[in-house]
Amino acid sequence: MESPEKFRKSASEVFKLMYVVFFVFLVIAGLLVYLMVDPSLSAFKNNNSDNTYISISKQEESDFDKIENGIHVRTGFIEAEGLMQVVNNCTSCHSAKLVTQNRMSKEQWSATIRWMQETQNLWDLGQNEEAILSYLATNYAPKKGGRRQNLSDVEWYDLEE
Amino acid sequence: MQRRKFVKKGALITLSTLLATEIVYGKNLPSGYTLLGLQDPDPFKLFNKDSQMVLLNDKPWNIEAQAHLLDDKITPNKYMFIRNNGIIPTNILVDDWTLTFDGESVAEKKTYTLKELKSKFKQYTYQLTLECGGNGRSEFDPPAKGNQWTVGAVSCAEWTGVRLRDVLNDIGIGDDAVYIGYHAADTHLSGDPNKEPISRGVPMSKAFQDETLLAFKMNGEDIPLAHGFPLRLIVGGWPASASGKWLKGISVRNKVHDGTKMTGTAYRVPCEPVAPGDKVADEDMCIIESMPVKSLITYPKSGAVVPEGKSLEIRGHAWAGELNVTKVEYSIDFGSTWKSCSLKNSVNRLAWQHFAASVRFPKKGYYEVWSRATDSMEVSQPMVLPGWNPKGYLNNACHRIAIKVS
Repeated sequence: MESPEKFRKSASEVFKLMYVVFFVFLVIAGLLVYLMVDPSLSAFKNNNSDNTYISISKQEESDFDKIENGIHVRTGFIEAEGLMQVVNNCTSCHSAKLVTQNRMSKEQWSATIRWMQETQNLWDLGQNEEAILSYLATNYAPKKGGRRQNLSDVEWYDLEE
Repeated sequence: MQRRKFVKKGALITLSTLLATEIVYGKNLPSGYTLLGLQDPDPFKLFNKDSQMVLLNDKPWNIEAQAHLLDDKITPNKYMFIRNNGIIPTNILVDDWTLTFDGESVAEKKTYTLKELKSKFKQYTYQLTLECGGNGRSEFDPPAKGNQWTVGAVSCAEWTGVRLRDVLNDIGIGDDAVYIGYHAADTHLSGDPNKEPISRGVPMSKAFQDETLLAFKMNGEDIPLAHGFPLRLIVGGWPASASGKWLKGISVRNKVHDGTKMTGTAYRVPCEPVAPGDKVADEDMCIIESMPVKSLITYPKSGAVVPEGKSLEIRGHAWAGELNVTKVEYSIDFGSTWKSCSLKNSVNRLAWQHFAASVRFPKKGYYEVWSRATDSMEVSQPMVLPGWNPKGYLNNACHRIAIKVS
């Protein structure tokens, strides 16, 4: 009489243990999977930036050529007449940054285009060339720098020694 | 008891199955991450650069340091500028890497594996200053075309490799050899496989110097990918573009090497001084060789506010291409008076030297601390911009930091 009772008891104990072990595994597995998807645990650290990120990426998808504060966001080019011709012809080989960090006259921009056509496999720009040149010469024209400029963009800080 | 054992075993199997799935996922996911990372790279993470480094260009990669980041005596990778002309090679197989010597002045083409280079020739380690020829370009007026470097396209790391001279002697080169030109594994921005992004070189006299290395280590480790892994030609004291990355070949030429960026306005300056903005004919341009004397205040960072009555300890580095620096001075009155800094000898030829000084300010106000180095030929840095040239090379005007005494 005693032994079937004992068996049932120990069997239910075993089942309980099995459930506990299985549950613990499920929790661990869930945590591990989460860690792989988000190894830096960023979702817990800063929900706001996470949300911002999502909203920006969604916006970018829907607005590939978005302009913000007069700047073409994707490339950093100034918004002006000829912008898209420049984006389409001048950023497939090199970064837009190579253009935007430079300042040249129309003649020099033109010489640069010729140099790229002669040595860098740039195609014939056809009717777009005039628009591109006038965009570059207008928006990225040389500024006078003189023989030495003032130190600029100085960020002041207290020096502790 | 039997049943209990069975249940336990079953649970273990379940566990291991679960874990097995986990391990498979674990192996797969990170590789997926790398791919994503390469598609939308954060250059600072991708190249292990400090977040204060300044990105000038992302196709091709061009990143510079700021003066205060270069405070280390030996520049670590995280503060080393990147100047690339093409696309960084992918699928580098180190075990299969070879270096081929050819050209008019080589009797027979010869190829070494990287392993052979490492085992067959004696290895040397030197600290070598590499400065981009266009460092300081952003200051020129009229502006010069190209990446607008300020002051941070310079480094002095410790390079380990074999002497190019030893390998050239092993091959045996003709008496008519004039120049070497390198060939590399990077690819042209346009994707054209027949175009080399850059293929520069140096005269035989420079190729035969002790410090001219076929290097495979930087700061004691494999050279980082962006800096030429697994093999780089290192030519200290000359425009860093002479130090070809991802080195695959060297042509020993019987004339001045005419590879990409050896001609026209690239790494060349007017043989005779010209007025700012002048047009210069190709035949009047000369190849840049040794870089000019220059110094950089690496401490403190520009913008320091210091209390009145306290002296300010400044320090930095000075270098002079092929030459030594014999003197570094500082001025706090816009060059009216100069005081000398303490100056250390270089660890080896072509390594930068370290200077320091204790600066006292007479009263409260705005100051600029200027540093001026002088080389062993008695040539000093100019206080204003040196001679204008079409591509804005060799700006060695004295370095300036802003200080406020309050």
